Amino acid sequence: MLWIEGYSIMKKAPINKIIYFSNVDGPGNRTSIFFQGCSFHCHFCHNPETISLCQNCGRCVPQCPAKALRMEGRQVVWEEAKCVQCDTCIHVCQLFASPRVSWLTVEELLSRINRALPYIEGITTSGGDCTLYPDFLKELFSRMHQAGKTCLIDANGAYDFSKDSALLSVCDGIMLDVKAVLPAWHQWLIGQAPDPVLRNLDFLLAQHKLQEVRTVILPGQEEENKATVQYVAHRIQDACDYKIIRYRPFGVKEAYQKELGEMETAVEEAEAYVRLAQSLGASRAYMV
Amino acid sequence: MSDALQVIQDPTLTYRQEVLALARLGEATDHSLVYSDAYYAAKAKGALCDLNEGPMPYRPRYICPDYKLLFQKGCDFLQLDPPRDLLEAVNVLEIFYCHVPSITAYPVYLGDLDKLLEPFVIKEDRAYAKKVLGLFLRNIDRVQTDSFVHADIGPEDSVTGRILLELTEEMQLAIPNLTLRYDPERTSDDFALACVKCMLKTAKPSFANHGMFTREWGEDYAIASCYNGLKIAGGGFTLPRMRLYECALDAKSPEDFLENELPKYIDLQLEYMDKRVKFIVEESSFFKTNFLVTEGFVKQENFTGMFGVVGLAECCNHLLGIKDVKQGFGLNEEATQLGLRIMDAIEKRVSEHVAPYCDAFDHRYRLHAQVGIDSDGMDDSPGTRIPIGAEPCMLDQLEVNEKFHPYFPTGTGDIFKFEETYIKTPEAILPIIKASLARGLRYFSGYLENNDVVRVTGYLVKKSEIEKLRQKKQSLNQVTLFGMGAQDGGHALDRRIQHHEESAHQ
Ligand code: SF4
Ligand code: SF4
Repeated sequence: MLWIEGYSIMKKAPINKIIYFSNVDGPGNRTSIFFQGCSFHCHFCHNPETISLCQNCGRCVPQCPAKALRMEGRQVVWEEAKCVQCDTCIHVCQLFASPRVSWLTVEELLSRINRALPYIEGITTSGGDCTLYPDFLKELFSRMHQAGKTCLIDANGAYDFSKDSALLSVCDGIMLDVKAVLPAWHQWLIGQAPDPVLRNLDFLLAQHKLQEVRTVILPGQEEENKATVQYVAHRIQDACDYKIIRYRPFGVKEAYQKELGEMETAVEEAEAYVRLAQSLGASRAYMV
Repeated sequence: MSDALQVIQDPTLTYRQEVLALARLGEATDHSLVYSDAYYAAKAKGALCDLNEGPMPYRPRYICPDYKLLFQKGCDFLQLDPPRDLLEAVNVLEIFYCHVPSITAYPVYLGDLDKLLEPFVIKEDRAYAKKVLGLFLRNIDRVQTDSFVHADIGPEDSVTGRILLELTEEMQLAIPNLTLRYDPERTSDDFALACVKCMLKTAKPSFANHGMFTREWGEDYAIASCYNGLKIAGGGFTLPRMRLYECALDAKSPEDFLENELPKYIDLQLEYMDKRVKFIVEESSFFKTNFLVTEGFVKQENFTGMFGVVGLAECCNHLLGIKDVKQGFGLNEEATQLGLRIMDAIEKRVSEHVAPYCDAFDHRYRLHAQVGIDSDGMDDSPGTRIPIGAEPCMLDQLEVNEKFHPYFPTGTGDIFKFEETYIKTPEAILPIIKASLARGLRYFSGYLENNDVVRVTGYLVKKSEIEKLRQKKQSLNQVTLFGMGAQDGGHALDRRIQHHEESAHQ
């Protein structure tokens, strides 16, 4: 994979977005850092523009109403100061990418988030999937720990944490997506088998590094939803939070919206799964 | 139609609101106190504004009585003995409040309620104490019908403080306004979190920077009216304001403004204040005969004049030719730096002026970031705030505030509106408040979108009460009308919402 090579040579990671104050990415007030790129390809991803890296095809450039995009040689260049955040470029892109990505070294990223440090409890790295860049994370997290801040990873579960004790030792907790457990369903939804995710679930539980597990409830997919919630609840019990997320079509690519339905998951439907999880011992289950 | 007839026929005014409106008309007919022609010209231009204080002041604008003294020795004039239990204490306060004058005719400072009442509350059964305090709050809401009525709590946790928070949540009243005096050394996280929760649900209390106020005023300071810092047993003589945008209209450049226009208007406002302060002290009967003075509940030397400014953002944007507020003050370093230069200049010139009286303040007036009035529309944003609609992310907004808040001992503040998910995560708000206060923020207010009680520019109103006025019905709270004006003209309720942006995964 091209970007992984680029990353290891330059010690830079592609950063899609920084949200200085977030109340939904772990305990307290946190800065969320979104990395670009993901090894999964979920149908219901609601920011699909973070999945791939830009291939510099140039298709989005003429569409930008603010002239914030231009070609420099064969590279797309994004001028942050001109951008009006209209999102036209990410809708135009056919490759699940975004031109609004900055390749930053750890040092450069720190210089952007330092000003938030007095106000936050810690940072949460997310994406895309930030675990594509484990060395970058290790350096970033050690620097954050020196500053007295906690570091959480929001992970899709593809990365084998059991092989990276160095990363685990500088990470205060992992928020793991368990999207599905039935193999065929996982394969269809994500494009891969669920096994690595489920191995991580057990491993991180045993290591006491699980901050939270998350499952998206899709409307009407009763058998699949139930299997996932039962599986997770049985395993985690009261060891961590269990966030039951209602599917919302907002942001999802149109083609997939058609497959998955244009409806949100009803509150009552999701609440029933929260109760199911709680009845199986996952007392810290809640809905968003 | 005459102004008086208009008042008399207005279907939305209660009887008491009519009396006050007619009194203001009457006051305005006497011009014995004469100001300079230059002042009148500046006023006509809209560059200076007297905030409808009336031409002849007959009481200080804000009065902060020493309620501790009231509880120690009672009040001869009102024939009140020192209270011996909670019922008597509450009754003494309710009576006393009705005799504290102010610009609004209602008491703008009700005291440090937790400190005053705690000795009585802890002697009672908690449920009984809560019942009494509930009736006390109801009395305040229905009798002192004005949102500028303000009570303080903290810095320490207390049974009374907790009960007041519970009642505030349960009763959902706009009156009184409430402030927690926050001190990281003395306010526990647990109590502060209880205050954040209450603030989300009811738009109060706000958080005042206790360390900063104490350094400027000593321990005996009050937060009164909107967010005004004043001395207990004292208050504010008068509060006029420079409307900085209008002050800048004739300036040819930022330098011209700083060298010529700005000093000219500062001096005019100072001269105006001197005249009024002298008149209140020397001519009006207040400081000679009012029982508050003769019995020592206030002392003349503890009053100061409040030098108000409004519309710094629009002033800077105009001077730099910036048309789009989203590229202007607070979001554009050049404009923000100009703002700091202007504030430095105002602070310096006002501090060089020897003010009459104001003995406790080295004979100096103190700056105030005036919060705007309904008729300002979008011309002048409150004090040094970033205009509504242009607010950047919360971190940027706080950093700008932290630079400007230290200029204003007699008060400034900013308001943050939070998205619904924050009700479940108050612990995500407290560290923001703490850090910002430690970094120079003076006063923090917040509320949750979709609340009925909301904070307009500094005061609280109920959205449901504004609706009443729209339907030509009366609202007991005389401030509801300002709230409607600020909503219509200043879009004051449309401020940016601090929301959680979509997280990465569904
Ligand atoms: S963001 Fe997408 S459309 Fe734009 S240049 Fe990159 S790959 Fe092409
Ligand atoms: S979001 Fe994309 S299309 Fe819109 S202004 Fe920014 S770069 Fe241009």
